[in-house]
Amino acid sequence: MKPLSVVVTSVFDIFAWFMIVFGVYVINNGHNTPGGGFQGGAIVATFMSFVLVAYGGKKFMTWAREGAYGALELIGLMAFFAFGCLGFPNAFFYNSLAIPHGGTPLSEWLPYCGTISLMNVAVGAEVVGALSLVVYYMYGSIRMVDTGAGMGGERGHDRFDR
Amino acid sequence: MTDSIAENALDFVGNAPYVVVALLVLMSLYAMLTQKNLIKICIAISILGASVNMFLVLMGYRHGGGIPIHYLKGAQESMVLPTPQCLTLTAIVIALATTALMLSLVIMVNKHYGTLDIDEIRRLRG
Amino acid sequence: MNVRDHLPAFLVMVPLLGSFLSPVAVSFGKTVRNVFFVAFAALTLLAGAAICVATFGGNILVYVMGGESFALTMPSGMSYPVRILFEIDAFGAVFIFCVSAAAFAGALFSVNYMERFSGWKRFMPLYFLLTAGALGMCATGDMFNFFVFAELASIASFGLTAFWRDKPEAVEAGFKYMFVSQIAAMLLLIATGALYGKYNAVNMGFLASVMESGTMERVVLALIISVTAFRCGAFPMHTHMTDACAEAPCGVTCLLVTVSQASFYGLVRVCYSIFPNLAGGGTVGWLLIVMGSMSMIFGVMMAVIQHDIKRLMGYHSVSQAGYLLTAMGVGLLALGRGGGMEGYGLASIKGGLFHAMNYSFCNGLLFLCAGSLYYATGTRGLDKMGGLARNMPWTAAMFVVAAAGISGLPPFNGFVSKWMIFGSGFAVHPILPALGMVTSVLALASFVKVFQAAFLGPPRAKLIAAREAPYGMLAGMGLLAVLILLLTLFPGWFMGNVFDNAAEALLRPQDYIRAAMGGR
Repeated sequence: MKPLSVVVTSVFDIFAWFMIVFGVYVINNGHNTPGGGFQGGAIVATFMSFVLVAYGGKKFMTWAREGAYGALELIGLMAFFAFGCLGFPNAFFYNSLAIPHGGTPLSEWLPYCGTISLMNVAVGAEVVGALSLVVYYMYGSIRMVDTGAGMGGERGHDRFDR
Repeated sequence: MTDSIAENALDFVGNAPYVVVALLVLMSLYAMLTQKNLIKICIAISILGASVNMFLVLMGYRHGGGIPIHYLKGAQESMVLPTPQCLTLTAIVIALATTALMLSLVIMVNKHYGTLDIDEIRRLRG
Repeated sequence: MNVRDHLPAFLVMVPLLGSFLSPVAVSFGKTVRNVFFVAFAALTLLAGAAICVATFGGNILVYVMGGESFALTMPSGMSYPVRILFEIDAFGAVFIFCVSAAAFAGALFSVNYMERFSGWKRFMPLYFLLTAGALGMCATGDMFNFFVFAELASIASFGLTAFWRDKPEAVEAGFKYMFVSQIAAMLLLIATGALYGKYNAVNMGFLASVMESGTMERVVLALIISVTAFRCGAFPMHTHMTDACAEAPCGVTCLLVTVSQASFYGLVRVCYSIFPNLAGGGTVGWLLIVMGSMSMIFGVMMAVIQHDIKRLMGYHSVSQAGYLLTAMGVGLLALGRGGGMEGYGLASIKGGLFHAMNYSFCNGLLFLCAGSLYYATGTRGLDKMGGLARNMPWTAAMFVVAAAGISGLPPFNGFVSKWMIFGSGFAVHPILPALGMVTSVLALASFVKVFQAAFLGPPRAKLIAAREAPYGMLAGMGLLAVLILLLTLFPGWFMGNVFDNAAEALLRPQDYIRAAMGGR
């Protein structure tokens, strides 16, 4: 993919960051407004596809880090799993951190809805990582087709047959 | 007389979303059966998914109901049901995953066969 | 915290945790990777076996995800169950055990089988996701989660079918499977939405308690039956099954067989527990019988003419799925007719359940044997093999066990289950035992052909150096072979402790409903 004109890249430089801020807002307020981890994460992850469209494939491949997104995905998934396990004496996914009506919070940092908003953050991180990886891999395979680059040391099916 | 006409018209408008769902389903089935291009088939599957999601949301609609969030809407007489909306969200997430996987497979098919025409992609037989 | 109460949660948690953590485990090197893979598969088998034991004697395990208590299905005076509900009775436990055992055997097998290939970072998570999806399908208590778990399993199986992406056939099979499977999934979702629109619930137990028999219910039943029959590979909709079985890696194919069993579970659950009035009317019974007989005959006839060993096994899967459908159809018909026929119906259902277990273990073992042959010779074509019994004695022995078991030679387990199915099928129509007999003979013929072509005869010059499969692969095959021999030697114990309970649980939807509505 070729980079687009300087107009697009300039607009991208100025405005793309607001997309991330908006996505994080949607993630963080998932428990009391429409939105949540997946929706916000999808908004944040559009950033990567925007980079790909605006700056072109070469810059995209140098800027994107596969390991970073994988780590983000792993952290999100494990955090989600851990928050699910917090409810364990009662049941898996039981919201044990929720503050009941008139109760006193364990700590002022804990959100009132308990694990719901924490899980939203975890899912948000997971979705950002996973969707960015989707863009990364799909573009990678297109490039493989276009340039005839090999599978990068991949050892696939062994062709005894043919 | 005019009342009944108005009521009929209202009924029709009330059922319009169902008509749209049916049309979308038929459109996507038609496209799946007639189109030869893999990308167009993927689009047809996405349209089918969208129409099913619309159907689910419609199932939870209550006439005159508000959004099911007490914090934003305050006290209200009736609200639309939140459950089908959750189901729809789940279905959308799954649809996104399948769409991504499907397009990746299309890329691989194109790489191997050099075409997107479904008639030329026939190595598996019998 | 009592571990026994939380077993249904562990059942899905363990493979999901395995799938999340496996990219990390892969990056720590080969030994850690292999130990991790086998350990999590073993834990899954442990959870599955524990659940199977916990349901002995007709217990029904209920688990509420996110509930104040694990068994509180209707909190604060609700009149129907809310939240994500798992409900496992003796009938579901049979399928859960099949899936978890096949997953463990497939994992042991894959450790050596997949050694030569890269892409473990993708293979292991998908494998565990497939396991989790199939187990969830058998454990879940509501229609929507059945859809979710079915989609989880099918997305993982598309990925695994097209795993060798440098192979055009694999990618093509993956795409075809995906295309038809997506349409099926959307039809299932439409059916779920229609049920929700009328009854305001998706919980299976609650739906069963309020189900009427109107036009809408008929349409929904037709949709669900066609979707689940499609997924378990019944005759007119079988092509995805044979393609996927032929192209997926062999350890995965062993699991794919049990995933089709999981959708068979959904079909039976819907017919017997949720729509007992509509499905007992006769039409559904005959539909299942016709579909099943067609799959039996067509599958085995196509299997006889195949030259590709894995595709041959794939057609046998279609044929065996036909037996299960026929058994359940005979059960519906006989029970619906009444008048002294109930005994035949019960025997048919028990035979069907027994055959379901035989089918998953025997066909799983056959696929693993095919994988072992492929590993040693590098070809799937039967024409290019020959004389391998000297080099691969263990594989040959296990192939004989599996083939005798599934084609129903008298001392083996398949004989018992087929006898029960067709002994009672005679009560419905005398042509059914005849069809079954023909299918069994043809199946035996095709296995004799495979055995003769692959293991007997003079050794091929090219295959002189063929070696017996490594220990990991033999261990996976041996596990399934031991299970088959246990089923052969102690059919009475299994019948009394497992299948009797399962058939009883299936025929008492009121217990299923009561468990879902909060009664223990």
